[in-house]
Amino acid sequence: MSTTDNSPTPLPVTVIGGYLGAGKTTLVNHMLRHAAGRRLAVLVNEFGDLPIDADLIEAEDDNLIAIAGGCVCCSYGNDLVLAMLDLAKMSPRPDHVLLEASGVALPGAIAATVGILPDYGLGGVVVMADAETVQQRAGDRYIGDTVRRQLEEADIIVLNRTDLLTAAHCDAVAAWLSTEYPGGRQVSTERGKLPPELLLGFRETREAPSQPPGPLHGDHHQLVSASVAPENSVDARAVADMLVAADLGLLRAKGIVQDPHRGLTLIQVVGRRAEITPAPPGSRIGMVCIASRSVAGDSDQLAERLHQILSNKP
Amino acid sequence: MSFTIYSARKIITMNPNRPETTHVAVRDGRILGTGTLEELAGWGAHELDDRFADRILMPGLVEGHSHTMEGTFWRYIYCGFFDRMDPNGHIWEGARSIEAVVERLQEAAAKLDGPDAPLAGWSLDAIYYGDRRVDRHDLDKAAPERPVGVLNASGHILNVNTKALELAGLLRPGINHPGIPLGSDGLPTGELKGPDAMTPVGIHVGFDRDLLACDESGLRQFARLCVRAGVTTAADLANLLPQDAVKMMLRVTGEADYPARIVSLRRLQNMTVPEIVDRALELREMSTEKLRLGIIKVVSDGSIQGFSARLRWPGYYNGAPNGLWYVPPEQLREMFALALEKGVQVHTHTNGDEATELVMECLEEALRRHPAPDHRFTLQHCQLADAAQFRRMKALGMCVNLFPNHHFYWGDQHYAMTVGPERAERMNACATAVATGVPMAIHSDAPVTPLGPLFTAWCAVNRQTASGRILGENERIDVATALRAITLGAAYTLKLDGEIGSIETGKRADFAVLEDDPEEIGAEKLKDVGVWGTVLGGRIFPAAEI
Repeated sequence: MSTTDNSPTPLPVTVIGGYLGAGKTTLVNHMLRHAAGRRLAVLVNEFGDLPIDADLIEAEDDNLIAIAGGCVCCSYGNDLVLAMLDLAKMSPRPDHVLLEASGVALPGAIAATVGILPDYGLGGVVVMADAETVQQRAGDRYIGDTVRRQLEEADIIVLNRTDLLTAAHCDAVAAWLSTEYPGGRQVSTERGKLPPELLLGFRETREAPSQPPGPLHGDHHQLVSASVAPENSVDARAVADMLVAADLGLLRAKGIVQDPHRGLTLIQVVGRRAEITPAPPGSRIGMVCIASRSVAGDSDQLAERLHQILSNKP
Repeated sequence: MSFTIYSARKIITMNPNRPETTHVAVRDGRILGTGTLEELAGWGAHELDDRFADRILMPGLVEGHSHTMEGTFWRYIYCGFFDRMDPNGHIWEGARSIEAVVERLQEAAAKLDGPDAPLAGWSLDAIYYGDRRVDRHDLDKAAPERPVGVLNASGHILNVNTKALELAGLLRPGINHPGIPLGSDGLPTGELKGPDAMTPVGIHVGFDRDLLACDESGLRQFARLCVRAGVTTAADLANLLPQDAVKMMLRVTGEADYPARIVSLRRLQNMTVPEIVDRALELREMSTEKLRLGIIKVVSDGSIQGFSARLRWPGYYNGAPNGLWYVPPEQLREMFALALEKGVQVHTHTNGDEATELVMECLEEALRRHPAPDHRFTLQHCQLADAAQFRRMKALGMCVNLFPNHHFYWGDQHYAMTVGPERAERMNACATAVATGVPMAIHSDAPVTPLGPLFTAWCAVNRQTASGRILGENERIDVATALRAITLGAAYTLKLDGEIGSIETGKRADFAVLEDDPEEIGAEKLKDVGVWGTVLGGRIFPAAEI
């Protein structure tokens, strides 16, 4: 039957899009290596050439690869929906799904489909761009419009393979992306080395959402994190709208606030996408976030901005 | 050694040296020769069989692009607008109104066992019911307590009732999906567009998990349809051919009384390019007289009526954004190069002219690296190609398999909405293909349109739409050219023209046995030629007994 009150919380799905060779598989493998106890389910269009690094694979058959740490990888071929309906029945249930779109797929369409499936919730659309080729591909006679639509549909654009370019060249590509796709928040990296929180969210913030997220895993000098605990009640929708404003540079946020009308409310932000849902009873108020340092400034400056937003009384 | 000589009112041979004759001699399932009784008697002791004395023999018709799942679809309720024959030979009258569709579903529902059993129909042609869309309330009238779903003729839309939406968890406000239109009440109307919207509900209304798969009973039903259509060889264009399915197909087609040859192509999916080429070579070795394997099928774009085909400038007539690529150009290049290198044939689905352009560009590049004589790479559908593209196909050694049935079923929509008047007239440019010298077949894409090469030939000859408009007079072909396209033409694209497709010495004794003479009946009546049955490898299959 349809969703009922005692159904489990929706299984979050992060859609990873981007043209062939942009580094989607590399990003997925990086997430698997830094899953830190999360049971990830990776959905790939087809197994093709090594979707998963060999050293992570525990067992393999035609449609499923078992991965170290209780993670799995399944191929969906031409029927994503069936694969997802099957995955939802898997026991134990995965904690998070990384859905790697095919190189020519439109991630927005996939995200819409995630939204209609029982048991799932969209955890954001991340689109990879190969720093070296993205501009040329966006102008290609055949695939240009596909690449451009992919980027337009991103909540977060990951400019990848920046190590192949000079810093000046990277900056130029990043500037081009911000001009052409002002909607999507941007982050640069090489070999998909992003902090797992960016894609997978913050762990167990229910117990301690106001704990500082601590130093981000790995060398992420271009990112900054902060946490705050608002004391007053706020209009969750208004706060969510402010959190996605481009000049804040927020890439990911999770917060629990007291809303005078909605009660305890969970706010989740992935790039330009914000969602508010009722928070589980007993959740502690607080907010953690990751932002782009070049936009948000340092941790203190970011925290200050968040305070301002959260102290705006409805 | 004894053999049989069949006499006929007329034998259309497709052999230009003796295009028309009266007798054909058959030994060991093959054609010993054609000619007069005297000429054939020279082979020695024989039996004369005159059961076809009043009938016309043609080479067994070759359907160059269909799907064996047409056989499985008949287990659902036929809801089409046009009359259509089922595998039993029963003609289902077209449902001429939404009410007629509902009534037919009601009748079917009354025969179902359990009170919750789902009800599935197919081939709904909602575009013929005027501006009114079919919605869930219409289908609720058929069976409010059961999940009900009817697949559209194009295969790209599923209409369901309220119960079905409820079971899939979609009867709620706040749905935001391009394939799920909402009514004024904020709830889905019951129209589901595209596989992603269709599948989550389709499984609740009784559609198999994999619509494209064909099981054993479907394969058997499919062959019965072949006999009724005069088809002796049918290409099954997009199979995944897992080993279990291949074993089943080998067993079923291997039965002496299985009345069709099936050419099943392996679709590029779930495998890398090197893997699928290896698999194609392996499959080729498993081929038998009645099951041919080893060709690869690639789907490069979507459909024109679904606005998912890739069009060149100026795009869709109604301003819809360009369609979707199903494979990236990089993969096409790799596929073509390796297939040419290893001698594996590839058929590529292109609908829009931009897809056709890209495929030709990739093939040209691959041919420079791996020049391959007689590769016969074939463009399937290729509906929108212009004259320059046909010239390029010719230069590259490609074949084309065009889809004239589209004019009849969707020509009016193409004219008014998808590609607009001028390009609608050039769609499926059979005359240009022939004039340019591109080897050409024509097809039904069954179950998208009914299996029936004589109907397809009628479509190519007349180019008449459902409303009666002649769409692209200049692209009409004559009857003889059309008959060649549904025999030798299609056989050539499958590299089987040395074996089937004409009636001449050495070829397989595969005949279409007709009640009327397609060369005499008149172009406008070509679709009405009666089919008595077929002969396959010398074995006789009367439609009345199949």
